[in-house]
Amino acid sequence: MNGWQLVILWSDGLVWLLLAAGLALGGLIARSPPLRVAWQRVGANRIGMASATVLLAFVGIGLLDSLHYRVALDGKPGEPIRYAIEVLSVLDALATPLRTRNEKTYSAPLASRLYAKETLDQPGGGAQRDYPRLKHGGLHLGERENERLADIAFTTFRAVVLAFLGWLAVVAVVASTVNGAGWRKIWRGETAFAWSAVLATLGVLLLVAVPVFSLSGQYHVFGTDKVGQDVLYQILKSVRTALIIGLVTTLVMLPLAVLLGIVAGYFRGWVDDVIQYVYTVLNSIPGVLLIAAAVLMMQVVIDTHPAWFATAAERADLRLLALCFILGITSWTGLCRLLRGETLKLRELEYIQAAQAFGVSSTRIIGRHILPNLMHIVIIALVMDFSGLVLAEAVLSYVGIGVDPTMTSFGTMINNARMELGREPVVWWSLAAAFSAMFILVLAANLFADAIRDAFDPRAA
Amino acid sequence: MLEVHDLRLGFTAGPQTLLAVDGISFAISRGETFALLGESGCGKSATAQGLMRLLPAAGRLVGGSIRLDGEELLALSEAQMRAYRGGRMAMIFQEPATSLNPVLTVGRQIAEVLQQHQALSGPAASARMVDLLRQVGIADPERRLDEYPFQLSGGMKQRVMIAIALAGEPDLLIADEPTTALDVTVQAQILDLLAQLQVDRGMGMLLITHDLGVVARMAQRIGVMYAGELVEVASREDFFAQPRHPYTQALFAALPDVARRGMALATIPGQVPALAAMPAGCRFAERCPQVMAVCRAEAPAWREVTAGHVVRCHWQGAAAMPMQTGDADETESAVKPPYLAVDGLKVHFPIRQGFWQRTVGHVRAVDGVSLRISPGRTLALVGESGCGKTTVGKAVLQLIKPTAGQVRLAGQPLEALQGAALRKARRPLQMIFQDPFASLNPRLRIGEIILEGMRVDARGKGNETAAALTRLLVQVGLPADTVDRYPHEFSGGQRQRIAIARALAVQPALLICDEPTSALDVSVQAQILNLLKQLQADLGVAYLFITHNFAVVDYLAHDIAVMYLGRIVEQGRADEVLSRPAHPYTQALLSAVPAPRLALARQRIRLPGETPSPARPPSGCHFHPRCPQASERCRQDYPSGTARSATHTVNCHFPL
Repeated sequence: MNGWQLVILWSDGLVWLLLAAGLALGGLIARSPPLRVAWQRVGANRIGMASATVLLAFVGIGLLDSLHYRVALDGKPGEPIRYAIEVLSVLDALATPLRTRNEKTYSAPLASRLYAKETLDQPGGGAQRDYPRLKHGGLHLGERENERLADIAFTTFRAVVLAFLGWLAVVAVVASTVNGAGWRKIWRGETAFAWSAVLATLGVLLLVAVPVFSLSGQYHVFGTDKVGQDVLYQILKSVRTALIIGLVTTLVMLPLAVLLGIVAGYFRGWVDDVIQYVYTVLNSIPGVLLIAAAVLMMQVVIDTHPAWFATAAERADLRLLALCFILGITSWTGLCRLLRGETLKLRELEYIQAAQAFGVSSTRIIGRHILPNLMHIVIIALVMDFSGLVLAEAVLSYVGIGVDPTMTSFGTMINNARMELGREPVVWWSLAAAFSAMFILVLAANLFADAIRDAFDPRAA
Repeated sequence: MLEVHDLRLGFTAGPQTLLAVDGISFAISRGETFALLGESGCGKSATAQGLMRLLPAAGRLVGGSIRLDGEELLALSEAQMRAYRGGRMAMIFQEPATSLNPVLTVGRQIAEVLQQHQALSGPAASARMVDLLRQVGIADPERRLDEYPFQLSGGMKQRVMIAIALAGEPDLLIADEPTTALDVTVQAQILDLLAQLQVDRGMGMLLITHDLGVVARMAQRIGVMYAGELVEVASREDFFAQPRHPYTQALFAALPDVARRGMALATIPGQVPALAAMPAGCRFAERCPQVMAVCRAEAPAWREVTAGHVVRCHWQGAAAMPMQTGDADETESAVKPPYLAVDGLKVHFPIRQGFWQRTVGHVRAVDGVSLRISPGRTLALVGESGCGKTTVGKAVLQLIKPTAGQVRLAGQPLEALQGAALRKARRPLQMIFQDPFASLNPRLRIGEIILEGMRVDARGKGNETAAALTRLLVQVGLPADTVDRYPHEFSGGQRQRIAIARALAVQPALLICDEPTSALDVSVQAQILNLLKQLQADLGVAYLFITHNFAVVDYLAHDIAVMYLGRIVEQGRADEVLSRPAHPYTQALLSAVPAPRLALARQRIRLPGETPSPARPPSGCHFHPRCPQASERCRQDYPSGTARSATHTVNCHFPL
C-alpha cells in the first residue's frame, strides 16, 4: 500500500463544519426545554422519523464521499513523494470495484452482454454480429451464462435472508437498550420516540440495499452508461453533490435572509425601503438568466487561471461552490420577505415595547426577543428550500449551466438521458435510476419538513 | 320552547373524552331571556355550540337531549339540522369584526339566509333586507346593502349580524357575548335593540355573558355556570336580591363599585379547575369560602330555595360574604408638585397616498392633551376605543414620537432626549399592557423576563439579583418556583402579575397601565386591582390608568380625565367627575354602564351614532354630532376649559 495525502476540498471543509454546527445546535436544543419539547414532537411523528431515517442514509453516503485523499505514486527512493493527479474519497475506495470495472458502452441492468450488437471475430476466422459479453458483468458465470437468472435469484435470496437477520439483530439491540421499551411496546407504537417507524424503514432499507450491493459485486445492478460507467456508482456520487447544493446554498442564503429581513422589519423607514428595493429588483430578473450569466462569467475566470488548481477535482469543487453561492444570492428573497413581514408583526407586540421601555438596545431586542420567535419559520424554510435546491440543480445542469461536467450529479445524469431516450432501442435505466434516487431524497426531505412544521407550528402545539 | 336535559359535551384529547359541559338542564320559553353566566372556561360557549350542533372537530356530544318545541335536535340528520340553524334558531357571535365575510356586501350576506330559509330572492328579498336593516336601526338601509363590512363601524357590523340572525325568523336567538367587544355607549344601543326585538317578535333568547351588568339589564332568568355545571338557576329578582351559591356571591363581591371605594375587593382564590382534573365532589370546593367536609366528598344535588330558585350547594346559609370594611383612605394630601407633567401633547399620524407617498392629511390621534400626575396618585384616563388614550400612554413613554407638546418627568423634558440618554431617563416610567398573552416573550423563562429591565444597567449581580427576584415574586404574590418556568404555563391573571413584577423590577415611580384587566375574568380582575392598590400603598407608585371601565375607575382612581377623539373633555378629582359630571359625554358614558343590580328607575342617556374618525374630526366641539344639547355655537368653535372648582375643569359651552 502506498502512502496517501489528505485533501480537504473547500466543500469538504464546509460539509464537516456544517455537521459540527448541527451537532452543536443539537446540544443547545437539548438544553432549552421548549425546543426539546418541539423536537420530541418531531420524534413522535412516524412519517417524520421514517423520512429522517432515509435522509440519514443519504447523509451517510454524502459524508463518506466528503473525505478526500490522494494516493502517492510509485517513485524511486530518495525522490520527493509525488501524489496521483486523481483525488479519491473514502466512498470511492469502498466502491473501487464499481468505479474501476468499466464496460465498453451501454449495458442493461444485471446484463451479461452489451446492449448493442457488434461484429465479433470468430476464433475460427470469419465474423459474426452478436451481443458481445461484458468485460466484468456476469464474468464469474463463465460458460454457464444461461444460469444468469438463477444465479441472480440465489444471490438475492441469500442477501435478503442476511438482511432480515441483520434487521432482527438491530431490533433486538434497540428493544433491549431503549429503556422501558421492549419489543411489544415498539410493535404497538407506544414508545415516545417513533421507534416502530424507524425500525420499519430501516428494515426496508436493508432489504433493498443488501441485495443491491451483493449483486453489484458481479453485475451492474443499474446497468452502465454510454462510456460503460456503472450507473449505481454514479448515483452514489450524485448524492454528495445534491446534499452540498442543498446545504451550502442554504448556508449562503440564510444569514442574508435573516439579517436583512429582521433589519428591514424592525427599523422600517429608509432601511426597509432599500432592502425591499434590492429584493424586488433581484426577484424581477428571471432567475435562470441571472444564474446563467453568473455561471458563464465564473467559467471564464476559471478557464483563464488554470494555475490556481492543483487537480481537476479542485476545479470542479470550486465551480460547485460558486454555483451554490450564486443560487444562494438569488434565492434569499423569499425567506427575507417572509421574515420581514413576521418581524413587522412582532415589533408591535407588547413584550417588545416593554423591552423598549426598559431601555434595552435594538441589537439586544433583535437577538433576545425577535430572532428566537422567528426560528420556527427559519427551520421550516430551511428544510423546505433544501428539496427545492436539489431540484434546481437538476434543472440547471439540464440546461448546461450546472456543475462541472466531470462531476456527477443528478442533473448531469438526467441531461445525458436526453440523448439516450432518443435512440432506438431506448436506454431507460440511467434516467430511471437517477429519477428514483432523487425522488426518494426529495420526498424524504419534504416529509421531514412537514413533520418539523407540524411540531413547530405554535397553533398546532 | 327549548328544553335542554342533561346535556353532556366533551372534547377528545387522545384516547379519552374530557367533559366540558357535564349534565346541564334548562328550559327557555317563548319571549323569555335566559342568561348563562360564568367565567371563561366554564363551558358557556360550548353549550351554545352544542345547541346549534356546531361543535369544533374535537367536540363530541356525549349525551342528553335538546328539544325545540318537542322536536329532538340530537336525533336529526345533518341535512335536517341545516334547516334549524339560521331558521328556527339563530346565533350572534362575540366579535362583529370577524363574523361577517369581508369580501361580500352586506346585502349578499343577508340574501344568503333569506334564500336558504325563506326562499326569497330578487325584489322580494331586497325589500325584506331593507326592512330588516331598518328594524335593527341602520339609517339609510338601501345604500348600506351595497356596502362591504369594512365600510361599517363595529356597532353597525353587530347590527348587521343581528339582521342576518333575524332574517330566518328564528324562534330562538343565541347571543354569545354579543356586546363584549363593543364600547359602552354602543353596547347600550345594542342591548336596547335586542330587548326591543325580543319583545316585538316574542323570541326566546339565550344570552351568554360574563358581565353581571348585562345580565341585570337583559335577563329574566339566570343560570350560573361553573366548571361545566349549572350551579344556580334563579329569576332575575331572586338572583340579584339573594344570590345563594357561594360562587355567585363571590362574583358579586369581586365587582369593583362606587359603594366600596377604598376597600379591598373580595377575590376568589385559585382558578377554574382544568377539564382533565375535575374534583370528585363539589367542583367549587377548592375555592369556596364556605367549604365543608361533605363538599369534597360528594357532589351536591339540586336544592330548591324558593319557587324557581334552585341551587347546587351543600351549604344552607344565606348570608352574603362578609365584606372587609377597609379603611377609606381618602387622605386629601396637599397638592404636591406633579411628577409627570404633559402639556399640549399631540400625536398626528400622516395619511400618505399616491405613488410619491405624499401626505394628504393627518389622523389626529392625540390632539393637545395636558395631564398632571403627582407621586403616589392615580390618574385614570377614560374613553371609548379609538379616542387616543393608548397613544397618549405610548407618547408619554416616547415609544411613539409626539408631534408636538412637552412631556416632563420630574421637571426633565423627555422629548428632546435621544438614544441612550432617553433610555436612561424614561426608566422610572414603566408600562403594563392590556393583553397578558402578548406582553411576555414566550421563549424566555419568567426569571429572565422579570430581570430584563435590571440587566440593562447591570446593577444587580449574582445573589443580589436572585434576592431581588424573590422579593418581586413575593410582592406580586407568585410562588418562588415560577422563575424557571415559561409564560405558556400560566393563566391570564398570573401572567399579568408577572408583567407587573417585570415593571416593578426597575423601581419605577410611575406605571402606565393600559387596560390591565380588560382581558381578565371578574374574579381575577379583582385580584389584580387589589394588587395594584396594595403596591401603591407600599411603594408609593403613581399610576396613569388607561381604561374604558368606569367600575375600575371608581375603585382605583384619585383623578379622572375623560377623553373624546384625541382631546380631554373633562378632568377632575374622581368624586367630582363621577358624582357631578359636567360634560354631556361623561354623563352619557356613566349612564351607559350597565349596573350589576336591579335597575332603579334611572334615566338613561342614549348617545346616537359612534365616535367619528380622528382623521376628519367634526368642526367646532368634536362631540356636537352626538350631543343632546348641541347648539349652533357648538358647531362653530371648540369650547375652552371652564373651571368648576380648583381641580375640576370641563370643555363644554353648556356644562351641566
